[in-house]
Amino acid sequence: MCLAVPSKIVEIKDTIATIDVHGVRRDVSILLLPEDVNVGDYVLVHAGFAIQKIDKEAGDDAMRLINELIEMDELKE
Amino acid sequence: MAIESIYRDKTVVERLVQQIQKIHLQHPVRVMHVCGTHENVISRFGLRDLLPEGVDVVAGPGCPVCVCPGRDIEFANELALKEKTIIATFGDMIKVPSSAGSLSDSKTKGADIRVVYGPFDAVKIAKENPAKEVVLFAVGFETTACGVASLIQQSNLPENLSILISHRLIPPSMEFLLGVGDLCIDGFLIPGHVAAVMGMEQYRLFPEAYRIPTVAAGFEPVDVLMGILAIVTQIKEGTYRCENVYQRAVQEKGNVKAQTAIKEVFDIVPAYWRGIGKIPRSGLRLKERYKMQDARCRFNNPPFPPLQKGGEGGLDINPGCSCHLIMIGKIKPTNCPLFGNTCIPEAPYGPCMVSMDGTCRVWYKYKRNV
Repeated sequence: MCLAVPSKIVEIKDTIATIDVHGVRRDVSILLLPEDVNVGDYVLVHAGFAIQKIDKEAGDDAMRLINELIEMDELKE
Repeated sequence: MAIESIYRDKTVVERLVQQIQKIHLQHPVRVMHVCGTHENVISRFGLRDLLPEGVDVVAGPGCPVCVCPGRDIEFANELALKEKTIIATFGDMIKVPSSAGSLSDSKTKGADIRVVYGPFDAVKIAKENPAKEVVLFAVGFETTACGVASLIQQSNLPENLSILISHRLIPPSMEFLLGVGDLCIDGFLIPGHVAAVMGMEQYRLFPEAYRIPTVAAGFEPVDVLMGILAIVTQIKEGTYRCENVYQRAVQEKGNVKAQTAIKEVFDIVPAYWRGIGKIPRSGLRLKERYKMQDARCRFNNPPFPPLQKGGEGGLDINPGCSCHLIMIGKIKPTNCPLFGNTCIPEAPYGPCMVSMDGTCRVWYKYKRNV
């Protein structure tokens, strides 16, 4: 019920996007998205609505940061 | 999924666990999450077992199906048994017990109950069945409420569609639990998807007024461990603030469009939480101008009727059931004598054994052999 799945947009028609999760396709509304999305973008989908675009770069940055912090910590020892 | 697989990376998980282990805390720490999906990732990947002694994660009231008042389920059953009426709801709601039975029981008696994936499915059902009343029984937190709000904003809704709203808001329940006193909550792990919709601002009061580290986290093992690391680091340093370790989905301001839809459609009202009680400003009610779509108005049901007495302290819980204690993280499912014997997913005795957001249901799935 609470599950919001990161899903890849494979097609957009008007306010409906077709998403693909592990090969399963489904149509979801993009009415609530605050910014434009394109085919290939990832969105969080919850109960038939895309509720937020996933910022892959922000995710990569966070991972890089955590790896750097851990490495710095290991160097200190 | 490729985009998420790096957040399950074993080496990163091990390193994060080491980081958490290195932080020597003066006293045991209890982190509370308020999301069924967090409980799923924690149980599925056995994250509790990886945490050092003295760092515990407990599940709070993060299951919308579990906290939906029995009275609302009874009303949905009452409607379901009317002639020419279809109840459309999320699959999780079908088996939730109430004193009038579950929707599944009504289905056995001939009621027309349809499972929907999202609110717009109910529009389709209503259009296909113009001679019937279709009632969408809408439960869920902010993440679901925004979709229902968007549906209600549509100008061309079928006249035979109405909505029974039983939405709840997360932050008021967190503040309510702090008043319960003996729960000893040292940190809050907040649901990343609620934060993705509502933003971070509404959580500021927890660090600022209650000195509780509050961290928005995603739903992969690395996300949850990053959240726990952020919380224990704050406790160690004696600093208390809101942090976001789910930057790929959560922006500071959240999804303003979704927030606007919620504000435009709903009033915030006090609401009952099954097993917990009445929590101020924790529920949503359709605004007056949408009363044509409000199933409570259409079928003459008061929005927030008094809670039925009986059960454990009038908390809407069956005698002998421990769901009211499990929902607030006071005991674990395995402390309930009914867990896994009288109460199982196929025949749930309490609401926490129904949905995959319910703590008992999740523990039964991942821990029953432990």
